[in-house]
Amino acid sequence: MINLETPKKFRPLIGQAHQVAMNLLRPNSRKYDQLEHEYPKELDMLAAMIDGLSESGAASGAGASGVRRSEGTPDEADAGTKNGSNLASVLSIMEMCWGDVGLLLSMPRQGLGNSAIASVADDEQLARFDGVWASMAITEPGCGSDSANVQTTAVLDGDHYVINGEKIFVTSGERSDAVVVWATLDKSLGRAAIKSFVVPKGTPGMNVERLEHKLGIRSSDTATIRFEDCRVPKENLLGSPEVDVKQGFAGAMATFDNTRPLVAAMAVGCARASLELTKELLEKAGVVIDYDRPAHSQSAAAAAFLQMESDWEAAYLLTLQAAWMADNRKPNSLEASMAKAKAGRVGSDITLRCVELAGSIGYSEHELLEKWARDSKILDIFEGTQQIQQLIVARRLLGKTSAELK
Amino acid sequence: MLNRLAQTNVLDRLGLRKQTERVVFETTRAGFRTVGTVSRSFSRKGRPGADPVRVPAAAAKGLFDLTPTEDEQMLVDVVGEFATEMMRPAAAEADDACAPPEELLRSSLEIGLPILGVPEELGGISTERSSMAGTLVAEALSKGDMGLAVACLAPGAVATALSLWGSDEQQSTYLPAFTGDEVPAAALALTEPRPLFDAMNPETRATRDGDGFVLDGVKSLVPRAADAELFVVGAELDGKPALFLVESATEGLEIESEPSMGVRAAGLGRVILKDARVSDLALLGDPDGTAYAECVRLSRLGWCALAIGTGQAVLDYVIPYVNERQAFGEPVSNRQSVAFMVANIAIELQSMRLVTYKAASRAAQGKPFEREAALARKLCAERGMQIGNDGVQLLGGHGFVKEHPVERWYRDLRAIGVMEGGVLV
Repeated sequence: MINLETPKKFRPLIGQAHQVAMNLLRPNSRKYDQLEHEYPKELDMLAAMIDGLSESGAASGAGASGVRRSEGTPDEADAGTKNGSNLASVLSIMEMCWGDVGLLLSMPRQGLGNSAIASVADDEQLARFDGVWASMAITEPGCGSDSANVQTTAVLDGDHYVINGEKIFVTSGERSDAVVVWATLDKSLGRAAIKSFVVPKGTPGMNVERLEHKLGIRSSDTATIRFEDCRVPKENLLGSPEVDVKQGFAGAMATFDNTRPLVAAMAVGCARASLELTKELLEKAGVVIDYDRPAHSQSAAAAAFLQMESDWEAAYLLTLQAAWMADNRKPNSLEASMAKAKAGRVGSDITLRCVELAGSIGYSEHELLEKWARDSKILDIFEGTQQIQQLIVARRLLGKTSAELK
Repeated sequence: MLNRLAQTNVLDRLGLRKQTERVVFETTRAGFRTVGTVSRSFSRKGRPGADPVRVPAAAAKGLFDLTPTEDEQMLVDVVGEFATEMMRPAAAEADDACAPPEELLRSSLEIGLPILGVPEELGGISTERSSMAGTLVAEALSKGDMGLAVACLAPGAVATALSLWGSDEQQSTYLPAFTGDEVPAAALALTEPRPLFDAMNPETRATRDGDGFVLDGVKSLVPRAADAELFVVGAELDGKPALFLVESATEGLEIESEPSMGVRAAGLGRVILKDARVSDLALLGDPDGTAYAECVRLSRLGWCALAIGTGQAVLDYVIPYVNERQAFGEPVSNRQSVAFMVANIAIELQSMRLVTYKAASRAAQGKPFEREAALARKLCAERGMQIGNDGVQLLGGHGFVKEHPVERWYRDLRAIGVMEGGVLV
């Protein structure tokens, strides 16, 4: 039965996340925006709390590890629709990012590297890396969206892989316990040879070179990491070490099907913060939004708000759809990219428009509107830019290979 | 005047105005005026004050779910086949003629379109609020053709309104006609001809007159206006908007043809009410504006569903076209500027669909849906039009000529955001 309401069983989880966002993230939002690169120590307590919730099962599998697709019997799949950990994850991330995107990204053990481990690790690896805070290292100075062009190499030498290369834009690269690194086993074999490796901090040959100064999400550290003859145990290669040319990039890219809805959720949460505050400010200014009357007959501000809210609602529902499909083991890479594309662009549109509507109150640091407009921009870039999402959607719809539609 | 005469001469000289085409000619010309159709009289039945039949709200399980129920899926399959097999092939001609083919209308009755929202107890097929089913059906029909979809859905809008807000007397008097063999054409008339029209503030006036009411005003873009036997008309009564049942034979009611940019197959027209006297039975639903507001919102959802179906038709049509069309030695779809337009059509179309489904499922569950319906309408009006615009653009000059249906979809999609009434979910 078609129903797009927030699932009943996740309401307590959402309520908790909202409390945390309101009482812990928001009050520290401006502080760590200004103290770039300073570790938000307030998060340690929170991370411990989230770990506790996960262990007790009370969090319904929310968080970075919630994207794992567990194997189940077909009977289970037929037993009707499921609302599982993917939905729980996007819903709690929306709430947390209503609080602060940068702080959510700084949350120990909730990194995208953890989502990558949850997505592609086997059961043994999952157990071994339990409790490890993992960041994700894909981008290189010479390769961003074309992640198949990774130059970092991994060469098998006895029981170890030897990794060489430079990674940039590693979120939580300095603070995390380990880094999930994308590297190629053999450049001549193309994308099929790209594998991900878990490299623990302190491994000789791995060095955090510097931290970036950024437009937004400044509380989240963004590192450059260099690998020089860095040796990692071969068991740290996530998934299968076989280079399956037929399967190609699919293994590594599967992570994105799971993480893109999470980033879409971040954009949705951040944009909601802007919308709510702007609505409040507009109401104080005497602007009332009437849902029944045509937008054209209301003030321009009310019409703009209706437009933003409708786009927001679409981004929100596309995100839930992608997560719901993952929960129900339906292939969702098309829907994940649609959600990321819509949420990414709508996130920037809304937060920027809200600054404009709120005037100097929105532009100055008195309120967080200007910060949200800076934070949201990255969400249309990382985990695949707007343009990459459109490429993916277009290739799927048109039945094109990446060679045909470049 | 001279221009008009000249046109007539040209038509005569070319022998275009054959006797057989007269009716067609007149319905496709704006401003042709006639009295309402007179073919049956509805005799008053039912007991005053008795409880009307109402279906319960759909019971939600509290799970996020995008899967239609089995019944809904079955409906969509049947209606989808009807849309593909019968509607699409008839669409171009009906658009031209500004009228749906009789045979198509008969088939639409056979698949039960008018009784979708009528309670089982009253001879319909509804056992719970059918907004979601109605939305899915309107979407599936509109994939065939929007104008024909509106023509087929118009009587159902009136039957659903009677089911939702009718008294026992109103249901007993009018619904048997809709559940019987000779289903009357009927239409929900809410739009009025003026810029910035606000459906919540109709200028059509109802004044109390003894036991009954007198109606004055003009309703615009009313589907199947010329052959409708029963209208539900929006009018202001004592400062609040309300709904009135008006039979086409009512004295003071006139119909004027109003062919428009699109949705032409629906046979659009104006309903002109001058001192039109109706009985105490006419007021449908409460006079405090609640039923009226719900009616406006449910009707808007119907138009959203129509936009989604037509948008899907555009997407399904442009994909093979841009893949086959060659330029500079390769398919045009190998270019990002073309491919990204297709991607955005799909993204915005799914956006429209989900936002509309959310509103419709809330309506079916008896939850407030004022906000959701407004957001769906905003999105569907704007992005739906964009899809129509891009559809023509993707075919280039070929999109501009009537050899392809995209120019019709372009015209049809402009209706979303303009239309009020006509359909109801």
